[in-house]
Amino acid sequence: MAGKPVLHYFNLRARVESIRWLLAAAGVEFEEKFIETPEDFEKLRNDGLLMFQQVPMVEMDGMNLVQSRAILNYIATKYNLYGKDVKERLLIDMYTEGMADLYEMFIQLTVTPPDQIDAKIALIKDRTKNRYLPAFEKVLKSHGQDYLVGNKLSKADILLTELLYTVEEFDASLLASFPLLQALKTRISNLPNVKKFLQPGGQRKPPTTAKMMEEARKLVKP
Amino acid sequence: MLGRTWAATILCHGAPQETRPEVMASKPKLYYFCGRGRMESIRWLLAAAGVEFEEEFLETREQYEKLQEDGRLLFGQVPLVEIDGMTLTQTRAILSYLAAKYNLYGKDLKERVRIDMYVDGTLDLMLTIALAAFSAPEDREKAQASIVQKAKTRYFPAFEKILKDHGEDYLIGNKFSWADIQLLEAILMVEELDAPVLSDFPLLKAFKTRISNIPTIKKFLQPGSPRKPPPDRHYVETVRRVLQF
Repeated sequence: MAGKPVLHYFNLRARVESIRWLLAAAGVEFEEKFIETPEDFEKLRNDGLLMFQQVPMVEMDGMNLVQSRAILNYIATKYNLYGKDVKERLLIDMYTEGMADLYEMFIQLTVTPPDQIDAKIALIKDRTKNRYLPAFEKVLKSHGQDYLVGNKLSKADILLTELLYTVEEFDASLLASFPLLQALKTRISNLPNVKKFLQPGGQRKPPTTAKMMEEARKLVKP
Repeated sequence: MLGRTWAATILCHGAPQETRPEVMASKPKLYYFCGRGRMESIRWLLAAAGVEFEEEFLETREQYEKLQEDGRLLFGQVPLVEIDGMTLTQTRAILSYLAAKYNLYGKDLKERVRIDMYVDGTLDLMLTIALAAFSAPEDREKAQASIVQKAKTRYFPAFEKILKDHGEDYLIGNKFSWADIQLLEAILMVEELDAPVLSDFPLLKAFKTRISNIPTIKKFLQPGSPRKPPPDRHYVETVRRVLQF
Protein backbone atom coordinates (compact mmCIF):
# COMPACT_ATOMS: atom_id res chain seq x y z
CA MET A 1 0.00 0.00 0.00
CA ALA A 2 2.71 2.46 1.01
CA GLY A 3 4.50 2.02 -2.31
CA LYS A 4 1.58 2.78 -4.62
CA PRO A 5 1.13 6.19 -6.19
CA VAL A 6 -1.97 8.00 -4.91
CA LEU A 7 -3.89 10.19 -7.32
CA HIS A 8 -5.89 13.08 -5.83
CA TYR A 9 -8.57 14.43 -8.14
CA PHE A 10 -12.28 14.45 -8.80
CA ASN A 11 -13.96 11.27 -9.94
CA LEU A 12 -13.87 12.25 -13.58
CA ARG A 13 -11.56 12.20 -16.58
CA ALA A 14 -10.82 15.81 -17.44
CA ARG A 15 -7.09 16.49 -17.27
CA VAL A 16 -6.18 13.46 -15.23
CA GLU A 17 -7.30 10.61 -17.40
CA SER A 18 -3.99 10.70 -19.29
CA ILE A 19 -2.19 10.04 -16.03
CA ARG A 20 -4.43 7.04 -15.35
CA TRP A 21 -3.79 5.69 -18.84
CA LEU A 22 -0.03 6.07 -18.52
CA LEU A 23 0.21 4.46 -15.09
CA ALA A 24 -2.05 1.63 -16.21
CA ALA A 25 -0.13 1.04 -19.42
CA ALA A 26 3.11 0.98 -17.44
CA GLY A 27 1.58 -1.72 -15.24
CA VAL A 28 1.68 0.50 -12.16
CA GLU A 29 -1.04 -0.08 -9.61
CA PHE A 30 -2.29 3.15 -8.15
CA GLU A 31 -4.85 4.36 -5.67
CA GLU A 32 -7.26 7.20 -6.07
CA LYS A 33 -8.57 9.59 -3.45
CA PHE A 34 -11.52 11.39 -4.94
CA ILE A 35 -12.36 14.95 -3.98
CA GLU A 36 -16.05 14.74 -3.23
CA THR A 37 -16.68 17.62 -0.84
CA PRO A 38 -15.29 21.15 -0.46
CA GLU A 39 -13.68 19.95 2.77
CA ASP A 40 -11.70 17.29 0.87
CA PHE A 41 -10.16 20.01 -1.27
CA GLU A 42 -9.62 22.39 1.63
CA LYS A 43 -7.73 19.74 3.55
CA LEU A 44 -5.31 19.15 0.68
CA ARG A 45 -4.79 22.88 0.39
CA ASN A 46 -4.39 23.53 4.10
CA ASP A 47 -1.96 20.64 4.48
CA GLY A 48 0.25 22.45 1.97
CA LEU A 49 0.18 19.57 -0.48
CA LEU A 50 -0.84 21.55 -3.56
CA MET A 51 2.00 23.69 -4.82
CA PHE A 52 -0.22 25.96 -6.89
CA GLN A 53 -3.45 25.30 -4.96
CA GLN A 54 -4.63 23.06 -7.76
CA VAL A 55 -5.31 19.42 -8.47
CA PRO A 56 -4.38 16.92 -9.79
CA MET A 57 -1.76 15.93 -7.28
CA VAL A 58 0.01 12.59 -7.31
CA GLU A 59 1.80 11.28 -4.25
CA MET A 60 4.66 9.31 -5.65
CA ASP A 61 8.18 8.35 -4.55
CA GLY A 62 8.00 10.60 -1.51
CA MET A 63 6.91 13.64 -3.51
CA ASN A 64 3.64 15.52 -3.98
CA LEU A 65 3.64 16.07 -7.73
CA VAL A 66 1.42 18.65 -9.40
CA GLN A 67 1.02 19.88 -12.99
CA SER A 68 -0.20 17.15 -15.35
CA ARG A 69 2.69 17.48 -17.77
CA ALA A 70 5.32 17.22 -15.06
CA ILE A 71 3.57 14.15 -13.68
CA LEU A 72 3.26 12.49 -17.09
CA ASN A 73 6.91 13.19 -17.92
CA TYR A 74 8.05 11.75 -14.61
CA ILE A 75 6.04 8.56 -15.07
CA ALA A 76 7.20 8.20 -18.66
CA THR A 77 10.86 8.54 -17.69
CA LYS A 78 10.61 6.25 -14.70
CA TYR A 79 8.88 3.47 -16.63
CA ASN A 80 10.92 3.74 -19.81
CA LEU A 81 8.22 5.20 -22.00
CA TYR A 82 10.18 8.25 -23.12
CA GLY A 83 12.40 7.04 -25.94
CA LYS A 84 16.06 6.16 -25.80
CA ASP A 85 17.69 9.58 -26.16
CA VAL A 86 17.14 13.32 -26.27
CA LYS A 87 16.02 13.37 -29.90
CA GLU A 88 13.42 10.64 -29.41
CA ARG A 89 12.23 12.43 -26.31
CA LEU A 90 11.85 15.58 -28.34
CA LEU A 91 9.70 13.84 -30.96
CA ILE A 92 7.59 12.24 -28.25
CA ASP A 93 7.12 15.67 -26.65
CA MET A 94 6.17 17.33 -29.94
CA TYR A 95 3.55 14.69 -30.65
CA THR A 96 2.10 14.64 -27.14
CA GLU A 97 1.91 18.44 -26.99
CA GLY A 98 -0.20 18.39 -30.15
CA MET A 99 -2.38 15.69 -28.62
CA ALA A 100 -2.78 17.76 -25.45
CA ASP A 101 -3.93 20.74 -27.52
CA LEU A 102 -6.68 18.70 -29.19
CA TYR A 103 -7.60 16.97 -25.96
CA GLU A 104 -7.96 20.37 -24.29
CA MET A 105 -10.56 21.32 -26.92
CA PHE A 106 -12.66 18.35 -25.84
CA ILE A 107 -12.33 19.34 -22.21
CA GLN A 108 -13.27 22.93 -23.04
CA LEU A 109 -16.44 21.66 -24.69
CA THR A 110 -17.75 20.59 -21.29
CA VAL A 111 -17.51 24.18 -20.04
CA THR A 112 -18.67 25.97 -23.19
CA PRO A 113 -21.84 28.09 -22.94
CA PRO A 114 -24.78 26.46 -24.80
CA ASP A 115 -24.96 29.17 -27.47
CA GLN A 116 -21.34 28.56 -28.48
CA ILE A 117 -21.38 24.77 -28.46
CA ASP A 118 -22.23 24.22 -32.14
CA ALA A 119 -19.37 26.44 -33.28
CA LYS A 120 -17.01 24.68 -30.86
CA ILE A 121 -18.06 21.25 -32.12
CA ALA A 122 -17.50 22.31 -35.74
CA LEU A 123 -14.04 23.60 -34.85
CA ILE A 124 -13.11 20.39 -33.03
CA LYS A 125 -14.20 18.29 -36.00
CA ASP A 126 -12.18 20.46 -38.36
CA ARG A 127 -9.05 20.37 -36.24
CA THR A 128 -9.32 16.63 -35.64
CA LYS A 129 -9.82 15.73 -39.28
CA ASN A 130 -7.58 18.31 -40.92
CA ARG A 131 -4.82 19.13 -38.47
CA TYR A 132 -4.12 16.52 -35.85
CA LEU A 133 -5.10 13.06 -37.11
CA PRO A 134 -3.44 13.60 -40.51
CA ALA A 135 -0.21 14.56 -38.76
CA PHE A 136 -0.10 11.35 -36.71
CA GLU A 137 -1.19 9.16 -39.62
CA LYS A 138 1.66 10.66 -41.63
CA VAL A 139 4.19 9.84 -38.92
CA LEU A 140 3.13 6.20 -38.87
CA LYS A 141 3.12 6.05 -42.65
CA SER A 142 6.59 7.60 -42.91
CA HIS A 143 8.32 4.75 -41.07
CA GLY A 144 5.74 1.96 -41.24
CA GLN A 145 6.50 0.89 -37.67
CA ASP A 146 4.12 -0.20 -34.95
CA TYR A 147 4.88 2.72 -32.66
CA LEU A 148 5.16 6.44 -33.21
CA VAL A 149 8.79 6.85 -32.13
CA GLY A 150 11.83 4.61 -32.20
CA ASN A 151 9.94 1.40 -32.91
CA LYS A 152 9.13 1.11 -29.23
CA LEU A 153 6.11 1.78 -27.01
CA SER A 154 6.20 5.25 -25.52
CA LYS A 155 4.05 7.84 -23.81
CA ALA A 156 3.15 9.08 -27.29
CA ASP A 157 1.43 5.82 -28.33
CA ILE A 158 -0.51 5.52 -25.10
CA LEU A 159 -1.75 9.10 -25.10
CA LEU A 160 -2.61 8.92 -28.79
CA THR A 161 -4.71 5.83 -28.14
CA GLU A 162 -6.52 7.66 -25.36
CA LEU A 163 -7.13 10.57 -27.72
CA LEU A 164 -8.44 8.26 -30.45
CA TYR A 165 -10.96 6.76 -28.02
CA THR A 166 -12.04 10.29 -27.11
CA VAL A 167 -12.45 11.17 -30.79
CA GLU A 168 -14.40 7.96 -31.37
CA GLU A 169 -16.78 8.70 -28.53
CA PHE A 170 -17.27 12.19 -29.93
CA ASP A 171 -17.80 11.16 -33.56
CA ALA A 172 -16.63 7.75 -34.76
CA SER A 173 -16.75 8.79 -38.43
CA LEU A 174 -13.75 11.08 -37.84
CA LEU A 175 -11.48 8.04 -37.65
CA ALA A 176 -12.67 6.58 -40.92
CA SER A 177 -9.92 7.90 -43.18
CA PHE A 178 -7.03 7.02 -40.87
CA PRO A 179 -6.33 3.28 -41.19
CA LEU A 180 -2.90 3.36 -39.54
CA LEU A 181 -4.27 5.20 -36.51
CA GLN A 182 -7.07 2.68 -36.21
CA ALA A 183 -4.53 -0.13 -36.33
CA LEU A 184 -2.42 1.55 -33.63
CA LYS A 185 -5.48 1.99 -31.44
CA THR A 186 -6.28 -1.71 -31.72
CA ARG A 187 -2.70 -2.74 -31.14
CA ILE A 188 -2.24 -0.63 -28.01
CA SER A 189 -5.66 -1.65 -26.68
CA ASN A 190 -4.57 -5.25 -26.85
CA LEU A 191 -1.50 -4.77 -24.68
CA PRO A 192 -2.31 -6.72 -21.50
CA ASN A 193 -2.07 -3.74 -19.12
CA VAL A 194 -4.15 -1.51 -21.36
CA LYS A 195 -6.69 -4.26 -21.97
CA LYS A 196 -7.15 -4.62 -18.22
CA PHE A 197 -7.55 -0.83 -17.82
CA LEU A 198 -10.26 -0.73 -20.49
CA GLN A 199 -12.33 -3.54 -19.06
CA PRO A 200 -15.34 -2.94 -16.82
CA GLY A 201 -14.01 -2.62 -13.29
CA GLY A 202 -10.81 -1.00 -14.55
CA GLN A 203 -9.85 2.48 -13.40
CA ARG A 204 -10.85 4.15 -16.63
CA LYS A 205 -13.48 6.80 -16.04
CA PRO A 206 -16.66 7.39 -18.08
CA PRO A 207 -16.81 10.42 -20.41
CA THR A 208 -16.87 13.78 -18.64
CA THR A 209 -20.10 15.73 -18.98
CA ALA A 210 -20.77 19.43 -18.48
CA LYS A 211 -22.74 18.60 -15.36
CA MET A 212 -19.79 16.68 -13.89
CA MET A 213 -17.50 19.65 -14.49
CA GLU A 214 -19.99 21.99 -12.87
CA GLU A 215 -20.25 19.77 -9.80
CA ALA A 216 -16.46 19.60 -9.54
CA ARG A 217 -16.19 23.37 -9.80
CA LYS A 218 -18.39 23.77 -6.75
CA LEU A 219 -15.94 21.80 -4.65
CA VAL A 220 -13.06 24.12 -5.34
CA LYS A 221 -12.95 27.58 -3.82
CA PRO A 222 -11.17 29.94 -6.24
CA MET B 1 6.57 53.72 -24.01
CA LEU B 2 7.41 55.49 -27.26
CA GLY B 3 11.06 54.62 -26.91
CA ARG B 4 10.20 50.96 -26.46
CA THR B 5 8.01 50.91 -29.56
CA TRP B 6 10.79 52.59 -31.51
CA ALA B 7 13.20 49.95 -30.36
CA ALA B 8 10.75 47.27 -31.44
CA THR B 9 10.55 48.73 -34.91
CA ILE B 10 14.29 48.55 -35.21
CA LEU B 11 14.23 44.96 -33.92
CA CYS B 12 11.61 43.72 -36.35
CA HIS B 13 12.80 45.31 -39.54
CA GLY B 14 16.28 45.37 -40.94
CA ALA B 15 18.17 44.37 -37.84
CA PRO B 16 21.76 43.66 -38.92
CA GLN B 17 22.33 39.97 -39.55
CA GLU B 18 25.38 37.86 -40.14
CA THR B 19 25.75 37.30 -43.86
CA ARG B 20 28.35 34.55 -43.94
CA PRO B 21 26.37 31.41 -44.82
CA GLU B 22 28.41 29.04 -42.70
CA VAL B 23 27.82 31.16 -39.64
CA MET B 24 24.12 31.45 -40.39
CA ALA B 25 23.75 27.72 -40.76
CA SER B 26 24.97 26.98 -37.27
CA LYS B 27 22.68 29.34 -35.39
CA PRO B 28 19.19 28.31 -34.33
CA LYS B 29 16.52 30.14 -36.32
CA LEU B 30 13.21 31.22 -34.84
CA TYR B 31 10.06 31.78 -36.89
CA TYR B 32 7.34 33.79 -35.18
CA PHE B 33 5.64 37.15 -35.03
CA CYS B 34 7.71 40.09 -33.92
CA GLY B 35 6.47 39.95 -30.38
CA ARG B 36 6.48 37.78 -27.28
CA GLY B 37 3.59 35.35 -27.53
CA ARG B 38 4.64 31.74 -27.18
CA MET B 39 8.16 32.30 -28.48
CA GLU B 40 9.44 34.62 -25.77
CA SER B 41 10.27 31.86 -23.29
CA ILE B 42 12.37 30.21 -26.00
CA ARG B 43 14.21 33.50 -26.61
CA TRP B 44 14.88 33.81 -22.88
CA LEU B 45 16.23 30.28 -22.59
CA LEU B 46 18.55 30.60 -25.58
CA ALA B 47 19.75 34.01 -24.43
CA ALA B 48 20.37 32.83 -20.88
CA ALA B 49 22.36 29.90 -22.26
CA GLY B 50 24.47 32.38 -24.23
CA VAL B 51 23.24 31.05 -27.58
CA GLU B 52 22.98 33.49 -30.47
CA PHE B 53 20.03 32.95 -32.74
CA GLU B 54 18.36 34.37 -35.83
CA GLU B 55 14.76 35.29 -36.27
CA GLU B 56 12.37 35.47 -39.18
CA PHE B 57 9.29 37.51 -38.36
CA LEU B 58 5.88 36.60 -39.74
CA GLU B 59 4.11 39.64 -41.07
CA THR B 60 1.97 38.31 -43.91
CA ARG B 61 -0.46 35.48 -44.42
CA GLU B 62 1.63 34.38 -47.39
CA GLN B 63 4.71 33.78 -45.24
CA TYR B 64 2.67 31.60 -42.91
CA GLU B 65 1.06 29.65 -45.76
CA LYS B 66 4.46 29.03 -47.29
CA LEU B 67 5.71 27.49 -44.04
CA GLN B 68 2.66 25.24 -44.03
CA GLU B 69 3.02 24.25 -47.68
CA ASP B 70 6.69 23.46 -47.14
CA GLY B 71 5.57 20.97 -44.50
CA ARG B 72 7.56 22.58 -41.72
CA LEU B 73 4.68 23.04 -39.30
CA LEU B 74 3.75 19.69 -37.80
CA PHE B 75 0.37 20.91 -36.58
CA GLY B 76 0.15 23.98 -38.78
CA GLN B 77 1.33 26.24 -35.96
CA VAL B 78 4.18 28.47 -34.90
CA PRO B 79 6.48 28.81 -32.94
CA LEU B 80 8.87 27.08 -35.30
CA VAL B 81 12.53 26.62 -34.41
CA GLU B 82 15.19 25.21 -36.69
CA ILE B 83 18.04 23.80 -34.65
CA ASP B 84 20.51 20.94 -34.94
CA GLY B 85 19.21 20.04 -38.38
CA MET B 86 15.65 19.65 -37.12
CA THR B 87 12.40 21.53 -37.69
CA LEU B 88 10.70 21.86 -34.30
CA THR B 89 7.29 23.05 -33.20
CA GLN B 90 5.37 22.93 -29.90
CA THR B 91 6.75 25.37 -27.38
CA ARG B 92 7.15 23.04 -24.42
CA ALA B 93 8.85 20.34 -26.48
CA ILE B 94 11.33 22.91 -27.75
CA LEU B 95 11.95 24.34 -24.29
CA SER B 96 12.57 20.90 -22.75
CA TYR B 97 15.00 20.05 -25.53
CA LEU B 98 16.91 23.29 -25.09
CA ALA B 99 16.98 22.99 -21.30
CA ALA B 100 18.51 19.51 -21.57
CA LYS B 101 20.93 20.56 -24.31
CA TYR B 102 22.30 23.51 -22.35
CA ASN B 103 22.44 21.78 -18.99
CA LEU B 104 19.62 23.71 -17.41
CA TYR B 105 17.45 20.74 -16.50
CA GLY B 106 18.81 19.60 -13.15
CA LYS B 107 21.10 16.70 -12.38
CA ASP B 108 18.62 13.81 -12.13
CA LEU B 109 14.99 12.80 -12.53
CA LYS B 110 13.90 14.18 -9.16
CA GLU B 111 15.32 17.61 -9.96
CA ARG B 112 13.87 17.45 -13.43
CA VAL B 113 10.32 16.78 -12.22
CA ARG B 114 10.59 19.73 -9.86
CA ILE B 115 11.79 21.94 -12.71
CA ASP B 116 8.90 20.65 -14.82
CA MET B 117 6.40 21.52 -12.08
CA TYR B 118 7.77 25.01 -11.64
CA VAL B 119 8.06 25.86 -15.34
CA ASP B 120 4.63 24.47 -16.08
CA GLY B 121 3.21 26.81 -13.46
CA THR B 122 5.07 29.88 -14.70
CA LEU B 123 4.30 29.08 -18.34
CA ASP B 124 0.60 28.83 -17.51
CA LEU B 125 0.77 32.24 -15.87
CA MET B 126 2.65 33.83 -18.78
CA LEU B 127 0.27 32.35 -21.34
CA THR B 128 -2.70 33.97 -19.63
CA ILE B 129 -0.88 37.29 -19.97
CA ALA B 130 -0.20 36.62 -23.66
CA LEU B 131 -3.83 35.68 -24.26
CA ALA B 132 -5.17 38.71 -22.37
CA ALA B 133 -3.76 40.89 -25.14
CA PHE B 134 -6.35 39.34 -27.47
CA SER B 135 -9.36 39.97 -25.28
CA ALA B 136 -11.78 42.77 -26.08
CA PRO B 137 -10.51 46.15 -24.81
CA GLU B 138 -13.37 46.39 -22.32
CA ASP B 139 -12.42 43.00 -20.82
CA ARG B 140 -8.68 43.47 -20.80
CA GLU B 141 -8.32 45.42 -17.57
CA LYS B 142 -10.38 42.84 -15.71
CA ALA B 143 -8.35 40.01 -17.24
CA GLN B 144 -5.10 41.64 -16.23
CA ALA B 145 -6.32 42.32 -12.69
CA SER B 146 -7.23 38.65 -12.40
CA ILE B 147 -3.76 37.66 -13.58
CA VAL B 148 -2.08 39.89 -11.01
CA GLN B 149 -4.32 38.41 -8.34
CA LYS B 150 -3.36 34.86 -9.35
CA ALA B 151 0.30 35.80 -9.34
CA LYS B 152 0.04 37.25 -5.85
CA THR B 153 -2.05 34.48 -4.31
CA ARG B 154 -1.09 31.34 -6.18
CA TYR B 155 2.25 31.54 -7.93
CA PHE B 156 4.50 33.99 -6.13
CA PRO B 157 3.73 32.61 -2.64
CA ALA B 158 4.69 29.13 -3.88
CA PHE B 159 8.08 30.30 -5.14
CA GLU B 160 8.74 32.55 -2.15
CA LYS B 161 8.19 29.49 0.06
CA ILE B 162 10.57 27.37 -2.00
CA LEU B 163 13.31 29.95 -1.68
CA LYS B 164 12.59 30.35 2.02
CA ASP B 165 12.64 26.62 2.73
CA HIS B 166 16.10 26.00 1.32
CA GLY B 167 17.63 29.45 1.58
CA GLU B 168 19.60 28.93 -1.61
CA ASP B 169 20.20 31.27 -4.52
CA TYR B 170 18.44 29.18 -7.14
CA LEU B 171 15.15 27.34 -7.14
CA ILE B 172 16.55 23.84 -7.52
CA GLY B 173 19.67 21.99 -6.53
CA ASN B 174 21.63 25.13 -5.72
CA LYS B 175 22.30 25.52 -9.41
CA PHE B 176 21.03 27.82 -12.13
CA SER B 177 18.30 26.13 -14.20
CA TRP B 178 15.46 26.67 -16.67
CA ALA B 179 13.14 27.20 -13.69
CA ASP B 180 15.06 30.28 -12.57
CA ILE B 181 15.01 31.80 -16.05
CA GLN B 182 11.29 31.34 -16.39
CA LEU B 183 10.48 32.64 -12.96
CA LEU B 184 12.40 35.83 -13.70
CA GLU B 185 10.60 36.16 -17.03
CA ALA B 186 7.24 35.73 -15.29
CA ILE B 187 8.08 38.20 -12.52
CA LEU B 188 9.05 40.91 -15.03
CA MET B 189 5.89 40.30 -17.03
CA VAL B 190 3.63 40.61 -14.01
CA GLU B 191 5.50 43.71 -12.85
CA GLU B 192 4.60 45.31 -16.18
CA LEU B 193 0.96 44.89 -15.15
CA ASP B 194 1.49 45.90 -11.52
CA ALA B 195 4.84 47.42 -10.61
CA PRO B 196 4.75 46.85 -6.83
CA VAL B 197 3.61 43.22 -7.12
CA LEU B 198 6.71 41.90 -5.35
CA SER B 199 6.27 44.13 -2.32
CA ASP B 200 5.24 41.19 -0.11
CA PHE B 201 7.86 38.83 -1.49
CA PRO B 202 11.32 39.85 -0.28
CA LEU B 203 13.05 36.67 -1.38
CA LEU B 204 11.61 36.96 -4.89
CA LYS B 205 12.83 40.56 -4.98
CA ALA B 206 16.34 39.43 -4.14
CA PHE B 207 16.01 36.55 -6.61
CA LYS B 208 14.98 38.97 -9.35
CA THR B 209 18.05 41.13 -8.79
CA ARG B 210 20.37 38.17 -8.56
CA ILE B 211 19.19 36.42 -11.72
CA SER B 212 18.98 39.69 -13.67
CA ASN B 213 22.67 40.20 -12.98
CA ILE B 214 23.78 36.95 -14.54
CA PRO B 215 25.86 38.22 -17.51
CA THR B 216 23.90 36.53 -20.32
CA ILE B 217 20.61 37.65 -18.79
CA LYS B 218 21.87 41.14 -18.09
CA LYS B 219 22.75 41.41 -21.77
CA PHE B 220 19.30 40.15 -22.78
CA LEU B 221 17.66 42.77 -20.59
CA GLN B 222 19.44 45.60 -22.33
CA PRO B 223 17.93 47.57 -25.23
CA GLY B 224 18.81 46.16 -28.64
CA SER B 225 18.62 42.53 -27.49
CA PRO B 226 16.19 40.03 -29.06
CA ARG B 227 13.85 40.54 -26.11
CA LYS B 228 10.47 41.66 -27.32
CA PRO B 229 8.20 44.35 -25.84
CA PRO B 230 4.75 43.66 -24.36
CA PRO B 231 2.02 43.02 -26.95
CA ASP B 232 0.51 46.18 -28.40
CA ARG B 233 -2.30 46.77 -30.87
CA HIS B 234 -0.01 46.40 -33.87
CA TYR B 235 1.15 43.00 -32.63
CA VAL B 236 -2.40 41.76 -32.02
CA GLU B 237 -3.49 42.94 -35.47
CA THR B 238 -0.54 41.22 -37.12
CA VAL B 239 -1.27 37.91 -35.41
CA ARG B 240 -4.97 38.10 -36.27
CA ARG B 241 -4.16 38.93 -39.88
CA VAL B 242 -1.58 36.19 -40.35
CA LEU B 243 -3.55 33.47 -38.56
CA GLN B 244 -6.92 34.77 -39.76
CA PHE B 245 -8.95 34.76 -36.58
